[in-house]
Amino acid sequence: MTSSLPSVTIVRRIKASPAKVWAAITKPDQMIQWWGPDGGPTLRADVDVRPGGRFSVVFRLLNGDEHNPTGIYREVIPEQKLTFTWDLPGERESLVTFLLKPIDGGTELTLRHEHLPDEAERQSHEQGWSGLLDKLPLFLGA
Amino acid sequence: MVKYQSSAIDRTFSALADPTRRHILLRLKDEPGLSVSELARPLSLKLPGMMKHLDVLSDAGLITRAKTGRIVSVNLSVAPMQEAMEWLQRYERLWTVSIDRLVAFVEKDGE
Repeated sequence: MTSSLPSVTIVRRIKASPAKVWAAITKPDQMIQWWGPDGGPTLRADVDVRPGGRFSVVFRLLNGDEHNPTGIYREVIPEQKLTFTWDLPGERESLVTFLLKPIDGGTELTLRHEHLPDEAERQSHEQGWSGLLDKLPLFLGA
Repeated sequence: MVKYQSSAIDRTFSALADPTRRHILLRLKDEPGLSVSELARPLSLKLPGMMKHLDVLSDAGLITRAKTGRIVSVNLSVAPMQEAMEWLQRYERLWTVSIDRLVAFVEKDGE
């Protein structure tokens, strides 16, 4: 049950076909057009899009910092599902999933980025994490 | 240093995965400095059980304990949660902006 782990989920309805969205998330020349947390450039995308293949993206933030998440593709179902691990120095491994669903007029895209469970979490598996997330800002005085 | 940080965040997430421990943290937010027995009472937990939960929270750096005479008072410590929150905020930002750009990119020449 993934709800015991922190995760980020974003759902968008896009006016473009699943084929087009799939190309944008798997073809390096298209990936570098949109990747990154601010307006900074994506410098490189080296990907081998098949299960066990390598994923590597280098992006530069507007403040000049460069980041190079790497990973391994886990699941590759063209135009439907793309899953890869996400490794960034100093962070534990996490998992990114793109789900594509054809809808009237385009594609519903679901992006999920989640922590992978460690042993302790496997043991306290049945407990929900999600309820706490709503409350974190309370603790932090936000 | 980097290694230490990533295992610290693991401990935070594990500690927070338990509803009793979350309840304890929420009470401490409203009533800082509660004693161990005051914390245990509404949960109908025996003291040893309570101590176990407090040890996990303490190992994760989520609480501090101070002893005055025979009373141990417990306080919230938000730094590790801050780290967990930062992970989430970082990726929320990364993906929100990236997906916005992705949508603009694939929609730009229509179909």
